[in-house]
Amino acid sequence: MLMMEKATVGSRRYWAWILCLAAIILAGFLCYLRQLSHGLAITGLSRDVTWGLYIAQFTFFVGVAASAVMVVLPYYLHDYKAFGRITILGELLAVSAVTMCLLFVFVDMGQPARVLNVLLYPSPSSLMFWDFISLGGYLFLNALIPFVMLRAEREEVSPPKWIKPIVILSIPWAVSIHTVTAFLYSGLPGRAFWLTAVLVPRFLASAFASGPALLILLCLILRKVSRFDAGDNAIHQLGLIVTYAMVINVFLVSVEFFTVFYSRIPEHLEHFRYVFFGLDGNYHLAPWMWLSAALAIAALILLLVPAWRNSPRLLPLACAFVFVSVWIEKGLGLIVGGFTPSPLGSITRYTPTWPETTIVLGVWAIGALMITVFYKIALSVREEAGVR
Amino acid sequence: MSDRPQIVAGLIVFVGLFTFPIWHARGGKPSPNAPDIKLPAQEKQCVAPVEYMRESHMDLLDSWREDVVRDNQRQFTAFNGKVYDKSLTRTCLTQCHTDKAEFCDRCHTYAGVSGPYCWDCHVQPRLTARRTP
Amino acid sequence: MKITRKDFLRLSGLGLLALAGKKAVRAFAEAAAPSASPQTIKRWGMVIDLQKCRQKDGCTDCVKACNLAHNIPQIPDRAHEVKWIWNQSFESVFPQVQTDYTQQAYAGHPIPLLCNHCANPPCVRVCPTQATFKRENDGIVMMDFHRCIGCRYCMAACPYGSRSFNWQDPRPAIPSINSDFPTRTKGVVEKCNFCEERLARGLRPACVEACPEKAMVFGDLSNPETEPRKLLRARFALQREPELGTSPSVYYLI
Repeated sequence: MLMMEKATVGSRRYWAWILCLAAIILAGFLCYLRQLSHGLAITGLSRDVTWGLYIAQFTFFVGVAASAVMVVLPYYLHDYKAFGRITILGELLAVSAVTMCLLFVFVDMGQPARVLNVLLYPSPSSLMFWDFISLGGYLFLNALIPFVMLRAEREEVSPPKWIKPIVILSIPWAVSIHTVTAFLYSGLPGRAFWLTAVLVPRFLASAFASGPALLILLCLILRKVSRFDAGDNAIHQLGLIVTYAMVINVFLVSVEFFTVFYSRIPEHLEHFRYVFFGLDGNYHLAPWMWLSAALAIAALILLLVPAWRNSPRLLPLACAFVFVSVWIEKGLGLIVGGFTPSPLGSITRYTPTWPETTIVLGVWAIGALMITVFYKIALSVREEAGVR
Repeated sequence: MSDRPQIVAGLIVFVGLFTFPIWHARGGKPSPNAPDIKLPAQEKQCVAPVEYMRESHMDLLDSWREDVVRDNQRQFTAFNGKVYDKSLTRTCLTQCHTDKAEFCDRCHTYAGVSGPYCWDCHVQPRLTARRTP
Repeated sequence: MKITRKDFLRLSGLGLLALAGKKAVRAFAEAAAPSASPQTIKRWGMVIDLQKCRQKDGCTDCVKACNLAHNIPQIPDRAHEVKWIWNQSFESVFPQVQTDYTQQAYAGHPIPLLCNHCANPPCVRVCPTQATFKRENDGIVMMDFHRCIGCRYCMAACPYGSRSFNWQDPRPAIPSINSDFPTRTKGVVEKCNFCEERLARGLRPACVEACPEKAMVFGDLSNPETEPRKLLRARFALQREPELGTSPSVYYLI
């Protein structure tokens, strides 16, 4: 029923890749067992910086998950035919990304065995409760839709009519998951770095830049390793989406600079100072943030010139730049910047430890494994059914 | 049927795992007698009837926990009218069942109940001098 | 009566939805439930007289008393330290009121810091399991260590840095275990609880009793005739970051 057998036949290169991922997953799992027995002391987190790499990855990948809407919306609401072949890729990417998000939250918890308490004692005033609900619902939607669509393709019938409203539902739901995630941060009175309404549109813009960028890279990889071609039309259109979204994202980050540095309110100023320029001799994050800025500018230059954006060699470069730039700025930059300086003015350096990094790589590998298996199934079914 | 060897092997493994508790315990001595628990010397009446306590003392303790921690309701009126402080360590283990090993643990071991992880945090009254393992 | 598989699945799905809906309605009802009658609500609070606190140089009696009473682990690594009450200098505690010139008067003076047991606590709002909650009948912001999942969202939400997390098993780092109070386990958040277990026995908090200068005055803020209220009428008092709307229950007399 799940067409899993399609994932069990593959070339040597396919199996080598699966084995590689399995090894990384195993390493991550062993490190996690160590974390379970020793506690979160094996990470680089501290009393002042209580969230780090795990939650940074969670925040970033919620964005990637939400970006499926960027292919679903044009195709289903506006009949943009060029995206017809890749909506399923976007939805399956969303499933992998949401699973990674849930795993990142799980490995970050101090008492993971009690995770069901979130459902047993619902707390509507807590954004984390709503995040759980919205991510769970989104996972369900994006697992159901490709499953139904793929089954229909395999049987060579048109999909059932009831799937259409569910697809339409996934569009505002995608926006909601990332809005809720931004609300997680933007409602905390004590964290001036995050206490800004513009965090929500920033999150959405960076999501719609980084997600489709990853999707483009995946499509280009699929062109190389399989017989599937998304079509130049779709790829160029996605590139345009990444461009607009990245322009908006960079703009929104820049306007934050104005408010903070022009008003000169210390609580806001000191976080930006620490993150971009260092504070009191602590320059931990500044190099990373300037790298992110440089990558963003370079990406924009490549993307804004149509000849470069559509060039098969420069587009993947631009997409990689966008992905890494947003990963830094929305990941560790956002999280560590919010916690440093602490409410009492102290600066504690956060450096992820090796066990922590291995666990993160393990979750990344699980996501990669899911994407690999999903795409293998979807594309094999398509090939057999002889898709238009 | 070319899969027959795998199917048979799988069945054998499955049956073996399924019946693990039966053949694994063969080495141990079955114990038809009730565990030899040491009752408190002075007190003859528990905070609730014995039959209830035997079956549901964890329910009682859980409800005590919720009452004390979340509602600050610390007084427990027993079925016989006596009022106790809702505390396992300060009431039960201090006033009556002073030897946890000879009362609580004996029955838990016999019944194969791996103790709840209460003692990861709560401190047994007799063990103040040294740190608990 | 034969039922088709499709119908069976449909009915079960609807049944599960109904159950979930019931739970959701209950959650909303409990969240919206009004608190107990305002007349009987107590609000425990504390007024700390910083003039008296300054009398003894380098004094940490309140800190030591709390550590003993509550089995606070003494962890040398500052990143993983656990503290319920501690001293910090004026400049870092009240950055909004300090200027270059007030620094001359108050520079370096120790301020005892603890959970403010806010009337409008952001930590309680964000807890996804209600493991931290505000007790109706006395206003104490409580920790339920049994329910805490260790997500540390409350630590992100607290504007005062009052909360600590157990990054490892605390027991090896506890100098001497006080059997009157549990230790905690790794993976849960903890903070000052206004000694609610002592209040239940009619005692004052450990820090209040330990202070040699009697600088900490503890009482019911909702009753205008208690010691804290009298002090607040007589002298000018500061709260930490009142503009955030948290309404702390800890006041500092300069």
